[in-house]
Amino acid sequence: MNTPLRQYQPTATMIKILKYSFYDLMRSRWSYVYFLFYLLLGFVLLFLNNELSKAVITLMNVIIVLVPLIGTIFGVMYFYNSKEFTELLLAQPIKRSSIFLGQYFGVAGSLTVSLVLGLGIPFTLYGLFQSKAIWDFSLLLITGAFLTLIFTAIAFNIALSNENKIKGFGYAVLAWLFLAVIYDGLFLMSLIVFEEYPLDNLSLLATMFNPIDLSRTLILLKLDISALLGYTGAIFKQFFGTNLGLFVSIIMLFLWTVIPVWRLSYVAKRKDF
Amino acid sequence: MGRIGVLYCFLLLLFANHLRAGTITVCGSCEVKTIKKGIAVAADFDTLLIKKGTYKEFNIQVTKPLTIIGENYPVIDGEDNGEIITIVSDNVTIDGLFIINVGTSYTADYAAIRVVQSENFLIQNVVLEKLFFGIYLEKSKNGRVYHNKIIGDAVDEYNSGNGIQLWYSQNIVVERNIVQHVRDGIYLEFSDNITIENNISSDNLRYGLHFMFSNDDIYKDNTFENNGAGVAVMFSKRIKMLGNTFKKNWGTTSFGVLLKEINDAEITGNTFEENTVGISIEGSNRINYSKNNFIKNGWAIKVRGACYSNTFIHNNFMYNSFDLAYNSNLNDNIFEENFWSDYTGYDLDKNGTGDIPYRPVKLFSYIVNRTPETIILLRSLFMDIIDFSEKVSPVFTPDELVDAKPLMKKIK
Repeated sequence: MNTPLRQYQPTATMIKILKYSFYDLMRSRWSYVYFLFYLLLGFVLLFLNNELSKAVITLMNVIIVLVPLIGTIFGVMYFYNSKEFTELLLAQPIKRSSIFLGQYFGVAGSLTVSLVLGLGIPFTLYGLFQSKAIWDFSLLLITGAFLTLIFTAIAFNIALSNENKIKGFGYAVLAWLFLAVIYDGLFLMSLIVFEEYPLDNLSLLATMFNPIDLSRTLILLKLDISALLGYTGAIFKQFFGTNLGLFVSIIMLFLWTVIPVWRLSYVAKRKDF
Repeated sequence: MGRIGVLYCFLLLLFANHLRAGTITVCGSCEVKTIKKGIAVAADFDTLLIKKGTYKEFNIQVTKPLTIIGENYPVIDGEDNGEIITIVSDNVTIDGLFIINVGTSYTADYAAIRVVQSENFLIQNVVLEKLFFGIYLEKSKNGRVYHNKIIGDAVDEYNSGNGIQLWYSQNIVVERNIVQHVRDGIYLEFSDNITIENNISSDNLRYGLHFMFSNDDIYKDNTFENNGAGVAVMFSKRIKMLGNTFKKNWGTTSFGVLLKEINDAEITGNTFEENTVGISIEGSNRINYSKNNFIKNGWAIKVRGACYSNTFIHNNFMYNSFDLAYNSNLNDNIFEENFWSDYTGYDLDKNGTGDIPYRPVKLFSYIVNRTPETIILLRSLFMDIIDFSEKVSPVFTPDELVDAKPLMKKIK
């Protein structure tokens, strides 16, 4: 190309790499498959429920399990698959953080776009904007997007720290399994073991430290299932129901995104490739 | 008798009627200007016709068998001074009045209309607003409360009264009333043989219907919606609850119906929809639950203990977060031929009932009963997994608590 020589701009390079990754994923079929899956899920749910608010509840179950899983697996797969391209880029005078962050945002961005469009289109067609469920649905999409960002970041971290593909894949799935299932098991055990003690603040804290639990609780309380939660629910409602609680939760989700992303760029800078 | 005979009879009837009951008209420009005066001048079995207007009166004592009829809803304004109408005579009819501003007191239960130790009364088409207690029946018999509208403005439980209250009363029909925004919509204490039918009791502070120490009562086709706590039925025997709707009693301490120490009752054809707990049962025995619909409740049925020989047959349990909560391992209650939307079994022999039994108590429900805080794990993947494993091989949930013949299709 005949572009004049420019000064090196890290952000612009990052965005360029982001674009490459994004279009690369768009060209590969997986993005479409993911998008079509959500599109179909949305239509089927709405067809069966025919009521937006009920569909949102069912959708929550899917989102808090599937979105993290797909984020994790996709992240690991993409990282290992594009290793040669990454090594090529590393040979160029480009900042390392730009390479890895660009790739990360490319993957996470395309997954998020698939999720938001895939679910957004059917719900919009079924009259989301006239419905009261719009805020619940928006919250669902926001937490879904956050979960994608968080778990893709975790997957990238694991892949970066493990040269061995099988090992990296195993750890990534284990990380998902831990946060989605095992954590709740330990949480439950501790609640039962310490049932003699006041547990409300403990459970509030325990919820905060797991992005999946945090998303689930946020959505549950918004969906007015809180009445089921009795006394504990009242305390949770007091916390999450207020603007402060929502704010703190979003901050927590944000931290869950920022810390792995920061570690990603930190490790990438120092790693010997 | 012939034509003359008929005419004679008719005249006699007309004449006799005139003799028996005169009509006294009360209005602002009439000879009789107040209701109190009207009652004072009336003879037994007279009719008091109250014309449209506002009457600022309270403590009206109806001491004679009278028919008091309002024309175009005359307003009786108590100006918050106390009780408005007190009936202390048999055979009194009150019809078509609009009563407002009953006095509030912390020592006396002022009512808009109180019936004391009287029989054969009829209270109908009355509208009550800004009240303390609405219609208060005290030690009365054989009466009818029909088609009244009671709209309160209760905010706190301690300084509000009940819409329709029955105390030591017998053989009374409460029918087609609308009660809203009071403490308890309909309250019964020590009242037997009462029929409560087609009423709508909603948005009340505490209970839509509250029932204590009252036996042999029937309530039928009523709607109880969005009350603070739902409906409480306590310490009563031989109650029939038929075709009522309990819905949207949604809150941390709400339920559709609370049954406490109820024996030999029949609960049939009711709908429980979107309540935190559909029916909460405590110390209740020999109750037949049949053909009820439990739809989208948090818990359809919560059994709290000491409940024996109850039968649940032909009910629909649909889309409840928990179908049943049970706090003991001992089970003496029968669940049979119900429809459970959570049932995942099959029916190979095509006889309409599933081939493998359904276990209505989930492990999660058992855990939540033990440690209520664990409810925070509702709808988590972990809970679904352990529920599934418990379903496959039950360890914790009561072994014999099964529906051996779960229906494949819901009962219409």
